[in-house]
Amino acid sequence: MTKQPIIRFDGVSKRYGDDATILDDISFEMERGKFYTLLGPSGCGKTTILRLIAGFIEPTAGQILFDGKNINDVPPNERQVNTVFQDYALFPHLNVFENVAFGLRIKKVKGPEVKRRVEEALRFVNLEGYGGREISEMSGGQRQRVAIARAIVNDPEVILLDEPLSALDLKLRTEMQYELRELQQRLGKTFIFVTHDQEEALAMSDEIFVMNAGQIIQSGTPIDIYDEPISRFVADFIGESNIVDGVMIRDQLVLFAGKEFECVDAGLDPNEKIEVVIRPEDLEITSPEKGKLVVTVDTQLFRGVHYELSTYDKDGNEWLVHSTKKAQVGDEIGLDFDPEAIHVMRLNESEEDFDRRLESYEVTGHAE
Amino acid sequence: MQSKSARALYLIPYGAWILLFVVAPIALVGYYSLFDLHGSFTFGNYRNFFSSIYLRLTLSSFWYAFLITLFSLLIAYPTAYYLTKTKHKQLWLLLIIIPSWINLLLKTYAFIGIFGQYGPINALFAAIGIGNKQILFTDFSFIFVSVYIFIPFMILPIFNAIDRLNPALIDASRDLGANSWTTFRRVILPLTMNGVKSGIQVTFIPALSLFMITRLIAGNKVITLGTAIEQQFLVTQNWGMGSTIAVFLILFMFIIMLFTEQREKGGTGNGRNR
Repeated sequence: MTKQPIIRFDGVSKRYGDDATILDDISFEMERGKFYTLLGPSGCGKTTILRLIAGFIEPTAGQILFDGKNINDVPPNERQVNTVFQDYALFPHLNVFENVAFGLRIKKVKGPEVKRRVEEALRFVNLEGYGGREISEMSGGQRQRVAIARAIVNDPEVILLDEPLSALDLKLRTEMQYELRELQQRLGKTFIFVTHDQEEALAMSDEIFVMNAGQIIQSGTPIDIYDEPISRFVADFIGESNIVDGVMIRDQLVLFAGKEFECVDAGLDPNEKIEVVIRPEDLEITSPEKGKLVVTVDTQLFRGVHYELSTYDKDGNEWLVHSTKKAQVGDEIGLDFDPEAIHVMRLNESEEDFDRRLESYEVTGHAE
Repeated sequence: MQSKSARALYLIPYGAWILLFVVAPIALVGYYSLFDLHGSFTFGNYRNFFSSIYLRLTLSSFWYAFLITLFSLLIAYPTAYYLTKTKHKQLWLLLIIIPSWINLLLKTYAFIGIFGQYGPINALFAAIGIGNKQILFTDFSFIFVSVYIFIPFMILPIFNAIDRLNPALIDASRDLGANSWTTFRRVILPLTMNGVKSGIQVTFIPALSLFMITRLIAGNKVITLGTAIEQQFLVTQNWGMGSTIAVFLILFMFIIMLFTEQREKGGTGNGRNR
């Protein structure tokens, strides 16, 4: 490895007392200048990782390395990390300018320099001229920006964001997703973003760590994780999916819903029991004669961009379909899909085995 | 219409209270302050108040009240801070509050026993060879007992202020590079200032007019505005002068109230977002 990772976790565990294990032997590396997202349901330990990096808590076991150096015992005020807190944690007794200037004042930066850097930071988050305002006069979205400005003004190596968008309404949230992503690319700093919102994660990240119950279940680019979920949990958590049981007859041939289908997956044992994922948007409505699957439309919802159809095949499997085409409730329709749309998941496969298997047949097998 | 007359009905107890126990006494005190010993109208009492005796008295009153408030604050703040960090904080707080429910006079008498010539402190002094000391009727005992009396009232508002403080603000301060001391000075103290001000209010103002503790513990060696008023009314029978001192005492109270007024900014929310 030529480039030193900015953050490395080496077998890190966090326990409270004897019973509650929050993180269980976690190891990972984060590269400089990338946008990382820790994604998982509440209580999965994602915020704990953030607090460990910030230094608010200490690991029970393992090492945390920052730029190659162990920082287990370094207090938060001596770490080159700044946090954007979930409820922003802006100082109510200080105005916007002084909130942003807080870190610089602590470092005894000279007055004119403080003014220049604070104004620059405020300009960065589109809050030019708001310095004199009180925090109570700012809206939720504006407070959010102040919190970001307060973090970036200190020029930290890593910026931690703890579900910073969760308190905003949908439109503002989408807007801030763009802004955050753009900000990260302009600054070129490492962002570590914690969220339970899979859309946020997919939209912004270079790399996503999907977490559950104190462990990292899968890590990879948004496309990798969306297209190749390792398990039912990931497939279910990220986007909508149809998951049915099946059997892998041999390489590139899978049996599910009572029929055999051509697919692109390989490297499994013959006749191994597996689970099959097909995303709702990969299913196309066609006539029953042409369809690979024949299903009956149960309900249909208009979602704006598309219709969401809930359909059932004759074995009782539910198939969710996202389509711009309309269907009639009660009608029998055919569903068509490409072999690439089928994603086969092994039961209880570890991430390393999964990656190895994927690599083995992606290089030799099919060309993307 | 119904609700309007009903509201007027609710106003009666409050209005009667204010009239009988606030407006009328102040008016009476103001009225009496304008008469001399022989019952003739005069501004002499006010002139007298600015003579050196009464000014010195006022000054000493303020000085003792200041000392009592200062020591109460120095003990109460760390205590309140520590209490908010404990597991059963409400229980520990209650244990400190409970003694304040016991009658003031009883507790004061208890200290006469403790500090007296034949009390346990002097017994201890004798045992370790220091010998008998005069503890009662000293500045020390007066301030000690007063601080003891006022501490619960100082702790309570400070405890509430610290308890309401959003802990994320402390994390934020540390995150931005502040060490524990700077965090205290720049974040915790300013955001709990309203609690401190309330504490000062409920300590300093009553301490100005203490008279029972001065009598029993300080043995009239300490004279405050409170003891002066008592003496004018009960000993000298000079109601005019007593009332004049009372007028100034009320005036001082208002001034202190103004100084310790709670500012809205950042106060009520204490950092939590609505």
